Amino acid sequence: MRVSVTVNGQNYVREIEPRLLLVHFLRDELGLTGTHWGCDTSNCGVCVVQLDGVPVKSCTVLAVMADGHEVTTVEGLEKDGELDPVQQGFVQCHGLQCGFCTPGMLMTARWLLDRNPDPDEGEIREAISGQLCRCTGYENIVRSIRWAAEKEASV
Amino acid sequence: MSTPMGFGRMHRKEDARFIRGRGSYVDDVNLPGMLYGAILRSPHAHARIVSIDTSAALAHPKVKAVITGETLAGLNLAWMPTLSADTQAVLATDKVRFQGQEVAFVVAEDRYSARDALELIDVEYEALDAVIDARKSLDEGAPIIRDDQEGRADNKIFDWGAGDKDATDAVFAQAEVTVAQDMLYPRVHPAPLETCGAVADFDKVTGKLTVWCPTQAPHAHRTLYALVAGLPEHKIRVISPDIGGGFGGKVGIYPGYVCAIVGSIVTGKPVKWMEDRSENLMSTAFARDYHMRGEVAATRDGRIQAIRVKVLADHGAFNGTAQPTKFPAGFFHVFTGSYDLRAAHCEVTGVYTNKAPGGVAYACSFRITEAVYLVERMIDVLADELGVDAAELRMKNLLRSEQFPYTSPTGWEYDSGDYQKTLQLAMDMAGYDALRREQAEKRERGELMGIGISFFTEAVGAGPRKHMDILGLGMADGAELRVHPTGKAVLRVSCQSQGQGHETTFAQIVGAELGISPDDVEVVHGDTDQTPFGLGTYGSRSTPVSGAATAMVARKVRERARQVAAAMLEASPEDLEWTVDEAGGSWTVAGTGAGKSIQEIALAAHSNLELPEGVEGHLDATCVYNPPNLTYPFGAYICVVDVDPGTGQVKVRRFIAVDDCGVRINPMIVEGQVHGGLADGVGMALMQLMAFDEDGNHLGASFMDYLLPTAMECPSWELGETVTPSPHHPIGAKGVGESATVGSPPAVVNAVLDALRPYGVRHADMPLTPAAVWRAIKGDPIRTDMAIT
Repeated sequence: MRVSVTVNGQNYVREIEPRLLLVHFLRDELGLTGTHWGCDTSNCGVCVVQLDGVPVKSCTVLAVMADGHEVTTVEGLEKDGELDPVQQGFVQCHGLQCGFCTPGMLMTARWLLDRNPDPDEGEIREAISGQLCRCTGYENIVRSIRWAAEKEASV
Repeated sequence: MSTPMGFGRMHRKEDARFIRGRGSYVDDVNLPGMLYGAILRSPHAHARIVSIDTSAALAHPKVKAVITGETLAGLNLAWMPTLSADTQAVLATDKVRFQGQEVAFVVAEDRYSARDALELIDVEYEALDAVIDARKSLDEGAPIIRDDQEGRADNKIFDWGAGDKDATDAVFAQAEVTVAQDMLYPRVHPAPLETCGAVADFDKVTGKLTVWCPTQAPHAHRTLYALVAGLPEHKIRVISPDIGGGFGGKVGIYPGYVCAIVGSIVTGKPVKWMEDRSENLMSTAFARDYHMRGEVAATRDGRIQAIRVKVLADHGAFNGTAQPTKFPAGFFHVFTGSYDLRAAHCEVTGVYTNKAPGGVAYACSFRITEAVYLVERMIDVLADELGVDAAELRMKNLLRSEQFPYTSPTGWEYDSGDYQKTLQLAMDMAGYDALRREQAEKRERGELMGIGISFFTEAVGAGPRKHMDILGLGMADGAELRVHPTGKAVLRVSCQSQGQGHETTFAQIVGAELGISPDDVEVVHGDTDQTPFGLGTYGSRSTPVSGAATAMVARKVRERARQVAAAMLEASPEDLEWTVDEAGGSWTVAGTGAGKSIQEIALAAHSNLELPEGVEGHLDATCVYNPPNLTYPFGAYICVVDVDPGTGQVKVRRFIAVDDCGVRINPMIVEGQVHGGLADGVGMALMQLMAFDEDGNHLGASFMDYLLPTAMECPSWELGETVTPSPHHPIGAKGVGESATVGSPPAVVNAVLDALRPYGVRHADMPLTPAAVWRAIKGDPIRTDMAIT
């Protein structure tokens, strides 16, 4: 099937199989390997991207379902050489270690702050509860997202 | 103590690429013409292979090769050696011995087609009775799993012991109080978020094999491939790229790696193989699975005198346990923990079952998770028996600082410790006495609140090569340091980060030793063509061994710099003093202002400056560090839980963790390591389990069933620190990566059982799921490792 998907503002037209998962479309077809694949049951969330501004697990979306839609991946967070505050926050607060869950966490964090610019700890934990991290124990991820919220509030 | 330049809360150099999605993990590797592999796995736990028909798969238009055990047997690769001097089937030839075992390997043009073709392979099996319950593996008439081994008549792998049996038995015979408790440390899995995989590229023209693989021990892998496959070692390059977490699950060589290599040799193209999550959980290294019986002898007034332990160790179908050769039960015999005992003894029996191989993984420091769990549970069992407070009992029996270096009854020489101070700090942070008062009030109202303590001593940094080797490879690690003419440096090390921040912290060590900004030090690891030989990263050994090697190689460079500076300053090297301040490092003539910075010296070392006889130019050095001993970090953990008596739900309300790992190179990174390990502990204690049914079906082979803690199950961790440097380590640093995973499970379990005290529950096995807690309350505990009992 022919699909036309806008990813990080750029349009891609590709001929793909209907069964191709969006995560593999992004990684294998477009070479956007920031989005990862960590489980086969839609639990871990390392594949989270935004589809029309909403976080989705791209392992549980067929690429054809993104036809005509807009996808944002971690590669699209940095704008004009300026890191997104959530990216800065994760560096400042050591919100990552192996880095494998990081892209998905960042995409959810961005969505959360767009909806709720001042989330408390409980709201942050709930927002990222569909995503696993094996390294950080979540503590510094929560702090990273709070850091980004405060940074954005101060601008 | 003052913090040397370089040390401190430096943000990580690694982060820049990871937050942009520009890490390079193995599945990101994409080579021209690359093919994809997939593994057909056994649906049976134990079955004879009658036949394998690959013709339909081979007829698939996108399939390039189908490799079976027969193919591999022709190359003498159907079996491979394990890290425990056993053998493991790469692809099964005679029979399958666990569900999920590798049977055939398909190579196709893309990953979807490779999976399609698996469905086209027809394998006929003849099912055999399986051994699933380790406690039945040595029964008369139990099916023999390893009938491939000549003369084998049972499923026993080894008997091993440590300590003084007679002395221990004598103490028990005369003890005023003894307690005994059976406990299972259930089979769990490290489950790194990135699964295992490999990209193998064999170049027929040059004869060179390049393997990208997320291995924690790239040099050991290279040597093993050379020994097993017969390829010359200089023609093998193992590249361990960015790794999405290891946790011990990426130490050994898995059949998929060998298959990818053979696939590349057979097809002449690069072959990528990536396992999925269920494959990862079913077939790669599990952790724990120790059935333990602990006994403690003590005086009536609470002085612990001896500990005796018997262990039945379930190793699965192949003994693939990763550990130093002379230690079949790893370092389990550090089970006397943090206490001053007269005698101790343990016996460990390892057995085969029809399950996947493994055992040592998941931040266990070679079975210290099990050892610490045993002793810290037993202390609580004893406290219960004596009717004393668990903290008080520990405080009374902890080793005292003046006893270090301390030789334990099983032969370990603990380097340093100040245990009472650390426990007291944790109790102060927790508000221990107030918590006990709160608990008493809640109990009056029928509410269940529990306070659990764990005080642990770790043993990390394997290790002295005289005693410790992996398959004959001594556990020393190399480091190479080059300071470029402009004063920037490159450090090459044999350890291999999987997220622990080595690229940052190792640069900080060089920074501290040479007064060069860590930003100016590039750390290279993971490429066997570029880095010195060494054993890799696991067992929290990077800081103890490679960190020491880094400090020592930097000191060698500093000495060379002294000679060069002396020539520059026309002074005697003996008259020069090394100083490091905010501007950096320099050699200065004592008593004068004359000196040269390390950057000036670096340039001069590469210039036409005339150097004295015997002083080589340039500014570089190599070092191999053979540690004189392990390091023994320690910690005091306190967990507070609330238990819902109606549902059995456990809520971890607070977790206080005080760790002492000696000198902290980067406190921010240490804290992150601890946070992650604490989450492991909560997960193991409350959620994680690899269960099997009687037929050997794996009941925890996906994240639907194998539960890992999310941000919702984890509290906000409360950390503290004390600093007791390792006297033998060049910078006084001890390992710490695994401390929290080792120390936290008993704290959580002790807390839950403390909460259940009104019900008279003395012990219940992990994981303490709501169902398990509810059943324990009802006086009906179940075996958590078996779904059917």
